Amino acid sequence: MAKIYSKKNLVTTKMKPKKEVISFLLNYSKALHLIKVDGKKIEFIAN
Amino acid sequence: MIADIQIPDALLVQDYVAGNEEALATLIKRHESKIYGFIYSKVSDRDVANDIFQDTFIKVIKTLKSNSYNEEGKFLPWVMRIAHNLIIDYFRKNKKMPLHRETEEFSIFSIMTDDTLTIENQLIANQVELDIRKLIEELPDDQKEVLIMRMYKDMSFKEISEITGVSINTSLGRMRYALMNLRKVIDKHQIILTN
Repeated sequence: MAKIYSKKNLVTTKMKPKKEVISFLLNYSKALHLIKVDGKKIEFIAN
Repeated sequence: MIADIQIPDALLVQDYVAGNEEALATLIKRHESKIYGFIYSKVSDRDVANDIFQDTFIKVIKTLKSNSYNEEGKFLPWVMRIAHNLIIDYFRKNKKMPLHRETEEFSIFSIMTDDTLTIENQLIANQVELDIRKLIEELPDDQKEVLIMRMYKDMSFKEISEITGVSINTSLGRMRYALMNLRKVIDKHQIILTN
C-alpha cells in the first residue's frame, strides 16, 4: 500500500498592505517625473 | 484578472518604464501579499510593515523611472532585496539587531524564509528519514557504502575513493547507480516521499 506523507493545507489569510499605501504609491508614480541634467538626476512631483 | 497572470513581470516592468502606470498597479497587486507578508514576518508591526512596504516601492518606482533597472527576469527578488535592506535599516535605527548587509558570505535567502518545522512537519520529516534509511539498506553493499559516505558523512569523492580503494570515477559511478537503484526501490514499494 502506498505511503503518503502530506500535511494538511490550512486556510491562511494573505496579509496585505493598507489600501491607502497602494493608493499613495500609484499616485506618487503618476506624479513623479525624473529628468537628467548634466549627468545628475532631478526628480519633481507634478501636481 | 486573467490578463495580468499571463503577462510576465519583465514585460510589465518594460510597459511601466514606457509609461504605462497600470503595469505598476498590476505588479503591486501581484506581489503585495508576498512582500508585505515577508516584511511583517520580520518587524511584527503592521504600521511599520506598511511604512517599509511604501518605502520599498518608492525606491522601486524611482529606479524604474530613472531607467536604472537592469531587467534580468528577477523583479520580485530585487524588490525583496530592497525590502530586506530597509528592514535592516529599521532595526539598526532602533538598535534592535546588529547590521548585516548583504555580502558574499551573507545572503538574503538565509533569512527570507522561515523554515522552522512545525511539530507535524518534524514528525513527517523524521518518518521520511527513517524510510530512506531502510531503502538504502536494500542497495548492493558497494553502492550503499558510497551513498552513506557521501550523503551522511559529507565526504568528497576523492576521500571516498581513497578509503574504498577505487578510482574517483568508480565512486562516481557507484553513486549514480545507487541513486538509480534507490528510485527503483521507491517505485517497487510504491512509496511517495513528500513533505
